[in-house]
Amino acid sequence: MLNDTDIKNILIVGTGGQGVVLASEILSYVAVASGFDAKKSEIHGMSQRGGVVSSHVRYGSKVASPTIMEGNADILLSFELAEALRWLPYLRPNGKVVTSSQRIVHPIVSMGVASYPENTESILREKTVEPIIVNAPAMAAELGNPRLVNTLLLGMVSKYLDLAPDKWKEVIKMAVPPKFKELNLTAFAHGAQL
Amino acid sequence: MKKILSGNEAVALGAFENGIKVASAYPGTPSTEILENFARYEGVYAEWAPNEKVAMEVAVGASMTGVRALTTMKHVGLNVAADPFMTLSYTGVSGGLVIVCADDPGMHSSQNEQDNRFYAKFAQVPMLEPSDSQEAKDMMATALELAEAYDTPTLLRLTTRVSHSKGVVECDGAIPKKVVAKGFERDLQKFVMIPGHAKMRHPKVLERVQQLTQVAEETPWNKIDWGDKSVGVVTSGIAYHYVKEILPDASVLKLGQTYPLPAGKIKEFAAEVDQLFVVEELEPYLEEQIRLMGLDVAGKQYFSNLDELTPEIVANGFYEAGVLSSMPALPELSNNGMNMPRPPLMCAGCSHRGLFYALKKLKGIVHGDIGCYTLSVLPPIQAIETCLCMGASISMAHGTAKAMEHGDIEDKRPVFAAIGDSTFFHTGINSLIDVVYNNSNVNIIILDNRITAMTGAQQNPGTGKTLQNQATQAIDIFELVKAMGVKHVREVNPFDIEATTAILKEEATFDGPSVLITREPCVQLTRNQTKESYQVNADICNGCNVCLKLGCPAISLGAEIKSPSGKKMRRQSVIDPMLCTGCTLCDQVCKEDAITRIQ
Repeated sequence: MLNDTDIKNILIVGTGGQGVVLASEILSYVAVASGFDAKKSEIHGMSQRGGVVSSHVRYGSKVASPTIMEGNADILLSFELAEALRWLPYLRPNGKVVTSSQRIVHPIVSMGVASYPENTESILREKTVEPIIVNAPAMAAELGNPRLVNTLLLGMVSKYLDLAPDKWKEVIKMAVPPKFKELNLTAFAHGAQL
Repeated sequence: MKKILSGNEAVALGAFENGIKVASAYPGTPSTEILENFARYEGVYAEWAPNEKVAMEVAVGASMTGVRALTTMKHVGLNVAADPFMTLSYTGVSGGLVIVCADDPGMHSSQNEQDNRFYAKFAQVPMLEPSDSQEAKDMMATALELAEAYDTPTLLRLTTRVSHSKGVVECDGAIPKKVVAKGFERDLQKFVMIPGHAKMRHPKVLERVQQLTQVAEETPWNKIDWGDKSVGVVTSGIAYHYVKEILPDASVLKLGQTYPLPAGKIKEFAAEVDQLFVVEELEPYLEEQIRLMGLDVAGKQYFSNLDELTPEIVANGFYEAGVLSSMPALPELSNNGMNMPRPPLMCAGCSHRGLFYALKKLKGIVHGDIGCYTLSVLPPIQAIETCLCMGASISMAHGTAKAMEHGDIEDKRPVFAAIGDSTFFHTGINSLIDVVYNNSNVNIIILDNRITAMTGAQQNPGTGKTLQNQATQAIDIFELVKAMGVKHVREVNPFDIEATTAILKEEATFDGPSVLITREPCVQLTRNQTKESYQVNADICNGCNVCLKLGCPAISLGAEIKSPSGKKMRRQSVIDPMLCTGCTLCDQVCKEDAITRIQ
């Protein structure tokens, strides 16, 4: 019934200021450069001030809805550990979770109003097929700059998508500041090898 | 060539390509990026106006001078601009004039989710609704053609999902069409709306609606995708794509011109299908008009008036209506009850935090306004009592003060209004005139963070810079307020909690109108400057957590220690050095001197 058999759905999530929007921007440009129709959708505004951020990217021969339906994401890419759990209902059965193990704890947790979910890693491992869980900020710092989390994670996701490696490089070169071009390409290549 | 553009970027490109030369707007999510993008094109004029009414009048003046013009705003901005808008329908235009309004179903960044399609019907001006970025660009040409051919402003109505989603746009590389401007031509009966002239214009408005109804019947923007005729769906905007996603085989009448409606085409469509549905976001705008055409139609009973639609909601509606025999792809994975909220926060280093921390302790009645500082309503600070619309804090505080004085109310709490710089310029000035003119005991705080912050850092009349970052005369709020007749006007540094608390106490006891101005730039403007982060000394911190009461995103709970009495366990505070901007507020509130600058 659904008209999306040839469509790839990637949900990218995190919290305000982590780079979710840039990552989805790069991914959708790579999809279009590879000859696909693509749509991406996120909401900006108040959520930028430390709130939950989600960006939907869909590509294929012809994309209708710019948002992904629950239970339909092929890949859930999360920049924050608990956020991977929040968005799990979007993942299709046998879909892939790629997440940073970074925890961003909101002040209301410190105030005792809410609690940060425990055992997230084991829940992800139990419920999804071989999730990729990495300490992305630490890896990025090792590669030379904590801000490389973005391209590092995209590199890891690229293994599960049918997009040409040279298109990734092309787009990343255009999307990042010139002086960080080489570092970002290295981070992407590193991610793609993991 | 192919570009990936957001709906807002596409509108800006369409405006440029179709020869719009003058654009004026007040920033407002989700519309802000339209003017920011339009301003980057060469040979056009774009500006931030102090509010939407002013912006629309600027565009009207340009249009009356024969030049193609644009004004953009968020949905509630059209309320502010409704006064010129309603009579503009009577005067009509000279140069093509497009009014873009971006609604916010779901209230992602708004105080209500009003459905501005009713404004088109109210003012009897044509309305176009794109469903994606390609249409957003292409409809700009139609909007201008309609405006000039039928002597009317055209409303281009977007929603957040169309404004902020990106998609592929075919375009020829931003070459502006040559449009010959007529210049200003005298036409008193058309442009001077005295009653005698307006009486002559109103029949022209009605006649125009008739003509535009005929346009609606013929325009390619109102198109039928014939498919399975057991179900026919009338839809528009983003909802069209959800319908195509959920019922790819159904017959669909997609309306791109949604005022006036093509009754003939709708009836023709309805006659061919067994069951007629309307799928539309927010109110039953199409549904009610279609029912008045005498057609049997279902809509809001399956697709809620509340919030944004989603493909899931559309699927669920068609399932309940019996069109779908099962729900497509229900999620199989749960989030294990993970609903941890992450409410938006004032940033680490925000210049508003110290002011509200001090203000809260005064236990006054604080009327709030619209901007980042509205976030002070959230825990732990919770400093404001109200937030209604732009500029309202000052006038509502005036109303409270007068009510306390004359309403036999045994309440001696001081009355405050807290408003930002851009919001003060927007509509706060008028309210302050009332406070001065009718002399009330109101304490106004103007939080001047040198930018329009919540919408993503736009210049305003107080910053000394234009939309294009060119230097211009800055309006000095301190001098302005004095010139308006406020005798008691002072400034304070909101990063100094002791001084801020002291001056707020004086304000509270001062009898008569007073204005206190904080003047520290938004931390988003200064975050790339070298900063000195602070740290918690674990040997000293006793876990009292008073610093957490600041609600700073850089401070959280760390290691567990015994309380001073030794009976209970509690946790020390820690500061994230990556987030800390060195604003010193936590150092000031810490009674143990446990917080120090990282050397």
